[in-house]
Order: sequence, then structure tokens, then C-alpha cells
Amino acid sequence: MLGRIIAGLVVAIAVAFGAFYAWAWHGEIAPASTPAALFDPGVVAKGAKLAAIGNCGTCHTQAGGKPYAGGFPVETPFGTVYGSNITPDPETGIGSWSQAAFQRALREGVSRRGDHLYPAFPYDHFRHMSDGDIAALYAFMMTRQPVALKSREPELTFPMNIRLSAAAWKLIFLRGGGIARDTAKSEEWNRGAYLVAGIGHCGSCHTPRNAFGAEKKSDEFAGGMGEGWRAPGLGSKSPAPAPWTQAQLYTYLRDGFADQHGVPAGPMQPVVRNLQKADDADVRAMATYISTLGNQDRALADRNLRDALDFAHARAVRVPGATGSATTGSSPPANADPAATAGAAIFAGACATCHRSGGGLPIARPVALGLSTAVNAPEPTGFVRTVLDGIHPPPDEAGRFMPSFNGTLTDAQIIALATYVRAHYSRQPPWANVAATLSQIRRQPTAAMEAP
Amino acid sequence: MIELNVNGETHRVDVDPRTPLLYVLRNDLKLNAAKFGCGLGQCGACTVLIDHSPVFSCLTPISVLEGRYVRTVEGLGSADKPGPVQKAFIDEQAAQCGYCIPGMMMRAQALLERTASPSDAQIRQAMAPNLCRCGTQMRILRAVKRAAKAMVGELTPVREAQK
Repeated sequence: MLGRIIAGLVVAIAVAFGAFYAWAWHGEIAPASTPAALFDPGVVAKGAKLAAIGNCGTCHTQAGGKPYAGGFPVETPFGTVYGSNITPDPETGIGSWSQAAFQRALREGVSRRGDHLYPAFPYDHFRHMSDGDIAALYAFMMTRQPVALKSREPELTFPMNIRLSAAAWKLIFLRGGGIARDTAKSEEWNRGAYLVAGIGHCGSCHTPRNAFGAEKKSDEFAGGMGEGWRAPGLGSKSPAPAPWTQAQLYTYLRDGFADQHGVPAGPMQPVVRNLQKADDADVRAMATYISTLGNQDRALADRNLRDALDFAHARAVRVPGATGSATTGSSPPANADPAATAGAAIFAGACATCHRSGGGLPIARPVALGLSTAVNAPEPTGFVRTVLDGIHPPPDEAGRFMPSFNGTLTDAQIIALATYVRAHYSRQPPWANVAATLSQIRRQPTAAMEAP
Repeated sequence: MIELNVNGETHRVDVDPRTPLLYVLRNDLKLNAAKFGCGLGQCGACTVLIDHSPVFSCLTPISVLEGRYVRTVEGLGSADKPGPVQKAFIDEQAAQCGYCIPGMMMRAQALLERTASPSDAQIRQAMAPNLCRCGTQMRILRAVKRAAKAMVGELTPVREAQK
């Protein structure tokens, strides 16, 4: 009897696996290539703008490497996946991929040869792209400079190191395709929704992921992780004290600075830098869509905005310091947390020159810290990252800058500074986990510390 | 009163804890190698080492230095006996006006203590925070390479802090 049950189970498992394997199996698409000269320049130009919105070059280019030749490490909870070579080199890139193969990769996450691609490549978003947009992106990629560089194999833990695990992931999590139009909304809003969900793949960082690394659709845009940074929630789920307006978001995405929010940092920097190449109308459309997420009450948002600006202004004109002897003189309360007092002295010496300067600065003035998302976020990753890494424009380019304080301040001093800044510049409760966040970040290699 | 260890010597200074290290070095200790450039951490003329890390001394309040070890160009050698980094900068005639050079030397020193034979790309990346307005960047890069060669075998990768 037991033997029969076991045999039955074995057969059932074999049948189930067989069915799964048959579903998961994808054939090779025959090699094909189109000479670069045959692509319509107009279509290529359209593809270039889509590639900019998609930030493709960031994950498909390594530090100091040739554009789109791959090698960029994408850290996941399951190990590291390296951006592949997507230049049209026929041997090591995608030069032998037909448009059908390219489209299958974007929509189904399957390579030309039929291998399952890991969802670090966000085909869960790209599958929403229209045929025409995929064709344009294909034309753009196929007209790049071919680079012969073998793509690096992913370094993943078991069972994710078996590519078929990506098929199982898709079976459970890969849903939908195309974005339904909301006829009640404007053309611009619908365009934004399409770009954000598809090529823009904003949710890849801004939506939290479950234990299997899939986005929690029930919690869309509630804030997630990207490259060791905290990607804040969007729309009504944003921790920014000043509710994001369409105008502020457009300025932020277009110019890299919004006066009620500040500058992009970490992995958002290349996103915004690449958006410079996108059409103005598309940037505006994304800002329009994102600023309506969560359907905030307009009057309430306006009140919150005024309140946030008032608070930030009130805190910005006070002068920090252990004694309160300086200029406009506000002394810390008698029962002040000693860490906050020590932090105030550090702030006065290390931060106030730029962040509390009353007079003119030879640099662009930073946003009032009371408005900073990093300072007001539910947890301190953004603050700690910014203090440790600073904010740097790309090599050999001009841009907003903050020096790194890694090496200047010890961990204990960074914790004291965080305590002070959080208490003084935010009305949110104190961060409970600065020390843990700091030691976690210390364990990760930062880009600036890596040898090129 | 704050106790400060600079180039192996302990000093006691009586200043506001918020005072930048740069001011204490120049005004109180008369160590004038580190320069005031921008006061904003943007130019690197004030670069010194704290516990082996290059930092902007203009943005380092003295209160954070208790029990830590500061090094300045004065600790690398003297006019009569220049250290390997100083000698390399002299040999390559890396200075034009020279204002940025002490900061450059300290950042180079930190790099070479960490990385014995850096690649050109590593040198460029490490030196990037320090600016030179005269245009001797190529000579500075050559000086760092020369110093790297001179220091191979001379120094253990990270010298023990002299507390």
C-alpha cells in the first residue's frame, strides 16, 4: 500500500514537473541581424529616448566600461546578477537577436537561445511596452557600437542559481501585459502611467518586494530598495514632508533639483541624468501621473505643504550649538538627549557651513533639511548613505555636490549626528535603528570604495 | 580643553568644540601646510589624514577628534629630509602656485598606504576630490605614480597609528 502511495506521488510529481517543464521550455530563435544602416534614423532616435527613460545604460554598463557592454553588478537578496552585454556584437552581445527575440526577452524574460532570464532584468515592467516602442528600442540597441565582451554569469545562491527557478518565478508572479487606458483621465496622465509602469520601471525600486523578490502589487509605490539605497514611496506614500506636486516633480526629474525636496542621490542620480535626453512631454507626463498616485485630497495636500514649509523655515533660522550662544540663540532643552547635544556640535562644525549658512554661498544652496526626504524617511538608510558617500556628480561632470564624511566621523559620531538631525529637522519619531543601519551599510562595498 | 594628536605629538588646545580642525592646525598649532581654500569641502586644499583616511579639515569640528590621530604634511618629512611623497612632488615639479599641493600630497599618501601600486584609474579616482586651478594635474598624477614606485617595499600597507 505504502509502495503504491509513494509510486503514485512519484508519478504525480513527475507529471507536474513534466507539465511545468513543457510550459517553461522555450526554443531558440534563429540568429538574424539587420545592418545598422537599414534602421530608420527617426525610429532610432525614438528608441534613444526610450532607452534614456528606461535608464538601460546604468545596469548594462560597468564603471569605466563601454556603453551597454554589461558588467554592472546588481545586488539582490539572492546574490549578484550582472547586467549583460546588449551591444550588437554577434558573439557576446545581442547582435544575432532578431526583433522577435528581442521582444520575447522584454516580454517573457527569455533569451534568444531560450534561457530564462532573471527578473533583475525588469521584464515584469517591459512587457507593458507597445510593439512600436519595442521596435524603436531594438533599432536603437542595434545601432550602438558593438563591443566584444562576454557577459558575466550571475552569482546566485541555490536554488536561484538554476535558471529554471526564474521560470517558476514567472509562473507565479509574471502577470499582465499592456496598460489599460483610463478614459476618465487625461491623455498626459495615461502616457505617464504607461511610461512609469513600462519602460520607466519605477516600481522596480519604489515598490517593496516579497520574499521571492517579486513586487508586492498590493503595496505598489510604498517604497522599496535599490542598490543598497532606500527608494522612498511615491505619491501619497512619499515620506517627503512637502507633498509632491506635479510642478515640483517635473522640475526634479527635468533639472535634478526641486526647491521643496532637493536633489536626487544614490541610484536616482543616473535616472534623472538620463531623463535629460527624454522628451519634455514624457517627463511632464510621468510627473503628472506620479503626483496623482494615492489620490490625495488636494486641500489637505495644500495644507500639509504650507505646514511643512513653515516648519522647515522655522527650524532653518535657528542656529545649532551646544550652548546656544551663537547669533539667534536657541539653546537645546535642559532634558536634551546627550547624543543629540553631541550631534548638534558636530552639525555646527561639519554641516552648518552649507546647511545653515545665513549669507551667500558660492555653491547652489541645499534644500532646507526640514524638507529632506532622507531626514524624514521612516528609517535612516538615506541619511546614513548621504553622510557616508556624499553626493557626487559623475566623473568629469559638473553637478550638485556634497562631500563624503566617511573617515571624518566615527560611527558613534554619525549616530549622534543622526539623532540630532532627526530631532531638530523632523517631527517624525526618532530612528530606532541607526547603529544597525550603519553597520549593515558598512558591510556592503560602496561604489566609491571599489577599485575601478 | 581638547587633547589632539597631530603627527605623533599630543597637544592640548582650548577652543570651542565646533572649531574646524583646519583653524586649530594653522592658528593654534602653527602647522600651516593645510590651506583654507573654500571652507565647503569642495576643493581639498585643507586635506589631512585622520586615522589613515583623507578628510577635509575645514569641515572637521575639533570635537570629533578625541582619541584619533591626525597627520599633516609636516608629518611626512621636512625640507631637509622630504618623505617619498614630498620628494616625488618635488622631482616632478608638480606645483605651479602650490596652494593645492599639501592637500594633494596627503590624499596621495592615504592612497599609497592603502594601495601599494595603484593603477592610473585608481589614482584619478582617489585624487578626484582635490582640485588644482593652475593645471598641473598631469604632473600631480606623475608625482603620485613616482611616489608609489618609491614607496614599494618601504612601507607596510597601513602604518600603525602612533598613539
